[in-house]
Amino acid sequence: MASQTDAAAKETKGFVIVLKRLFVRLGILPFLLAIAVIVFALISDNFLTGRNLMNVMRQSVYLTIVSLGQMFALLTGGFDLSVGTVLALTSVVGALTMASAYAAMPDAVWLAILLGCLAGVAAGSLIGVCNGIGVAVFNVSPFMMSLGMASIGFGVALYLTGGVPVYGMPQEFGDSFGFGTLLGIPTPLYVAAVILVALYLFLNWTPFGRYFYAVGGNIKAAGLSGINTRLTLFWTYVLCAMLAAISGMLLTARLDTGEANIGASMPLESIAACVIAGVSLRGGVGRLENVVLGALFIGIVQNGMNLARIESYLQTVVLGALLILAVIADQIRLRFVASLKD
Amino acid sequence: MPSLHLEEDARNGDARPLLETLKISKDYPGVKALDDVDFELRAGEVHVLFGENGAGKSTLISLIAGANTPSGGEIRFNGNAVRLSSVHQARSLGISAVFQEFSLIPQMTVAENLFLGAEQTRFGFLQKGVLRDRAQEVLNDLDFQLSPGRRVDHLTRAEQQMVEIAKAFRSDLSVLILDEPTASLTNHETEQLFRLIGRLKEQGVGIIYITHRMAEIRQIGDRITVLRDGRFIDTVDAGTTSEDKLVRLMTGRVVGQIFPDVSYAPGEVILQVEDLHTSEGSVRGASASVRRGEIVGFAGLVGSGKSKFAQACFGARRLSAGSVTFKGTDVTGATTQSMLDSGFLYLPSDRRTDGLMMMRSARENMSLASLTTRPFSNGWVLDKRAETRTAGDLADRLNLSPKRVERAVEHFSGGNQQKVMLARSLTRDFDLIVFDEPTVGVDVGTRAAIYAFIAELCEGGAAVLLISSDLPEILHLSNRAYVFYRGRIQAELAGNEITEANVLSHFFEREAA
Repeated sequence: MASQTDAAAKETKGFVIVLKRLFVRLGILPFLLAIAVIVFALISDNFLTGRNLMNVMRQSVYLTIVSLGQMFALLTGGFDLSVGTVLALTSVVGALTMASAYAAMPDAVWLAILLGCLAGVAAGSLIGVCNGIGVAVFNVSPFMMSLGMASIGFGVALYLTGGVPVYGMPQEFGDSFGFGTLLGIPTPLYVAAVILVALYLFLNWTPFGRYFYAVGGNIKAAGLSGINTRLTLFWTYVLCAMLAAISGMLLTARLDTGEANIGASMPLESIAACVIAGVSLRGGVGRLENVVLGALFIGIVQNGMNLARIESYLQTVVLGALLILAVIADQIRLRFVASLKD
Repeated sequence: MPSLHLEEDARNGDARPLLETLKISKDYPGVKALDDVDFELRAGEVHVLFGENGAGKSTLISLIAGANTPSGGEIRFNGNAVRLSSVHQARSLGISAVFQEFSLIPQMTVAENLFLGAEQTRFGFLQKGVLRDRAQEVLNDLDFQLSPGRRVDHLTRAEQQMVEIAKAFRSDLSVLILDEPTASLTNHETEQLFRLIGRLKEQGVGIIYITHRMAEIRQIGDRITVLRDGRFIDTVDAGTTSEDKLVRLMTGRVVGQIFPDVSYAPGEVILQVEDLHTSEGSVRGASASVRRGEIVGFAGLVGSGKSKFAQACFGARRLSAGSVTFKGTDVTGATTQSMLDSGFLYLPSDRRTDGLMMMRSARENMSLASLTTRPFSNGWVLDKRAETRTAGDLADRLNLSPKRVERAVEHFSGGNQQKVMLARSLTRDFDLIVFDEPTVGVDVGTRAAIYAFIAELCEGGAAVLLISSDLPEILHLSNRAYVFYRGRIQAELAGNEITEANVLSHFFEREAA
């Protein structure tokens, strides 16, 4: 008897050690994902259906794209609080341009769509250019710079629209980029996939991609190794805003209107997605593929809570708690790393 | 009460140790950092801890200072077994440590730092005047020329160290632990520290002193305890033990000669600098030249401008006047990137803050300065397989231990971190390599390896510029040397002229001739 319990105890101890190693290796995300999937599958029969999962993916696209940009900011040891504003400004400027171009030349539908998208993305990226100049040239802390730009961008978006949604975009825009599917897969997913592959190659297989890690890892060492740290920082914020702007255009297509009130939750959610995915707040550490999973995880939690009929006010409570949990888990992991130091 | 005991201890110092550890050990999962170490400290002695990086010196003092708790064995203080569960508790017993990393709050004043955690209050309010007076008292007692109202971040590193030492004196002190205290001090400041140590000895304070420098051991040490691989090797008398024996005890092998014989073959002038001024004023009119196939030494005190001079040539510092010519082209004011591309590499002195990305792998740290060149990339796309292969080869060549290039640099020992950074000099063909304090905080074994490496580069036809505050390095390795003083070059010495007396005589203000 005694030996049996002994063996059982040994087994659980071995299991705990394996778990600990997995945790140190992979971080908190796989555990959270597994728990979320199991819990929601138990609560709702509809959760694990193909249709619902496709739905989750489609809903997560916007956050995923923004989080990828946010990751660049975090990698270099900063962050970008203005991503929400970028979405709003992009949506408003894109919709206004598209609507007036469409009104001026009703026959050239695709030209109007193209002009609108370009104008929207350009307007959003402009916020990133300002952030980049502030952080890289004037050494303003990313916190203050992006917070200030968030206020400026939001103000401009409201001023342009007077707070009223912008209508008048061609039907084709929403039909193809918001609700369209190709081979049964929603079109926004294709956009995200293209961005994902391009960024993955850029970040992992080019010298310039490596520079983002270097600047976040040790900016002085990067400078002494011939890396143009200012330029790298500048592009960090431009890239981050550009991705948020693309996400803003896709969301505008889905909503069929230009809105100044979208994206308010994006700064928190995108930082949460990155942190849950193991991107270090101190800079220099983080993997793109994990960030995608992090954004998907947040999408799954939101979808699951909707299926479980949890009120949306409470959902933000859960999200905040998850973010803090992830940061605490990261600290515990660092402690384990020191003790397992292998 | 403690002061009374102290005097007693001082008198019977030889009879009863002030502090001792009996079979003390410290386990970390998978590693025995300390293994049954016996150590004793008498009142009024300077007891040097000696050993290679990772030998267990830091672990031992962290246990004595209360920063860590031992896994086995016991610590006795004044003959009684004590359990030191915190730095605070150790301090209340009179055991204080000054670690290499200071525990000062930069934004606070000297007085506020001195009494941090032990502030005097009345009705819950700080008594700022009293604190200031008491701080002044402590500083006066120690003969430190510091104003208690100055902010710590406005002080030099030496002055910050004074504050850290003064902190130990806010209560009665019987054991003082100093971890490489002279690493960043100028000679003058070092002498000041040594005078203080002398006074403390007279007062019966026992001092545990960690250093890699032989000269210091000779100057102030009484006894030396040698550790190796976490084990106690021997305790010997500092006055009578030869350097060879110490090295043998430390490394467990005979290190015949630390410095290699270098055959110099000076070729054409590769770097020519005329009348250089930096815009912040640290270098004020210095001219120097470096040839292929020679090692040029830059000697001088900390802050004499010798590092800043090299950084300015490398493009990492703004110039206000002067010219820099590299390989026959004028490169005054060029960027670090273009300097690297034309074959000039500067390796900084502080690997943690200026050199390495601590959380990234050894591989990425090695390739950092050469990412846009072959074999690491074709300029646009990285070749990770070639990168891994090259990093592995460099690890072999420099004897990186453990030989795992994917491991984060922060998990390597200091000497191996240094090797990772030095490996950068082999990632492409550099014509001029500047080593700024290449052996700071590095043990003797690794030091010998680094010297051999530098010699090899020089014999391979590269020009080497060696910046060092460690005089023997300059004396043994360089065939030409410049001595810096306050941003100017005081002397140029060549060949046999490079002697200790010659170099030292130029370290300070030249007498009015």
